[in-house]
Amino acid sequence: MIRKKAKVGTDECVACGCCVKVCPRNAISIFKGIYAEVDKNLCVGCGKCAKECPASVIILEEAV
Amino acid sequence: MKTKKHWYDYLWILSLTYLILGFFNILFAWLGLLCFFIPLIISLVNGSKAYCNKYCGRGQLFSIIGGNLGLSRKKSVPKWMKSKYFRYGFLIFFFAMFFVMLWNTYLVFAQAKDLSTAVTLLWTFKLPWQWAYHGTLFSPWVAQFAFGFYSVMLTSTVLGLVTMILFKPRSWCVYCPMGTMTQLICKAKNVTKSQK
Repeated sequence: MIRKKAKVGTDECVACGCCVKVCPRNAISIFKGIYAEVDKNLCVGCGKCAKECPASVIILEEAV
Repeated sequence: MKTKKHWYDYLWILSLTYLILGFFNILFAWLGLLCFFIPLIISLVNGSKAYCNKYCGRGQLFSIIGGNLGLSRKKSVPKWMKSKYFRYGFLIFFFAMFFVMLWNTYLVFAQAKDLSTAVTLLWTFKLPWQWAYHGTLFSPWVAQFAFGFYSVMLTSTVLGLVTMILFKPRSWCVYCPMGTMTQLICKAKNVTKSQK
């Protein structure tokens, strides 16, 4: 089964935290005010964060 | 949808109130300094963007109007808008305009210029705003700063509303000068820490 997980383009991330607010599993945190970080163990790949991200830097990717 | 609401999820009410108060008495504009100092202090002391992440009432306002009320195309911002050139460039431009505003305040303080009871929108359009000015309570420069600062706040709100409609609700966050600045502070703090 293919499972997708959220992946943040950390270089372009503005660390606004919109993704943190919409994540239903509290899987995202802002690393030291610099970029968003996804806990791959918690992420279920729902894609809410990717949709919300004002900079559109979150993509859903097949987890390895 | 997440269910649990925190007290800080209602800070948009303050942001909205702030904008409205500026139509009645311009001196309330001074309160806007809180939106400058609180994020800066949090990033300097705490090394975090907790202000953006939790407390920013303006961001909440955009997400309510653009998200909940649906006044947004919900399209991605163009690539140049999230580039470092544009974000840092806008920060520098914003700062330059801020210093022009401070200089104008100084000129009124030094009595080299008369108080101008206008709000300057988008750094260009002078809107007559004398109805919100009820005489000099302290000193004319106090009112001049209020007009100037309210201009900054109204201009950034208008820009934010335009990009909210065109792109995603909180597109303003992508190029918000305060957000860019606090992120830079956090980056700088992290670099110095890792060098120790």
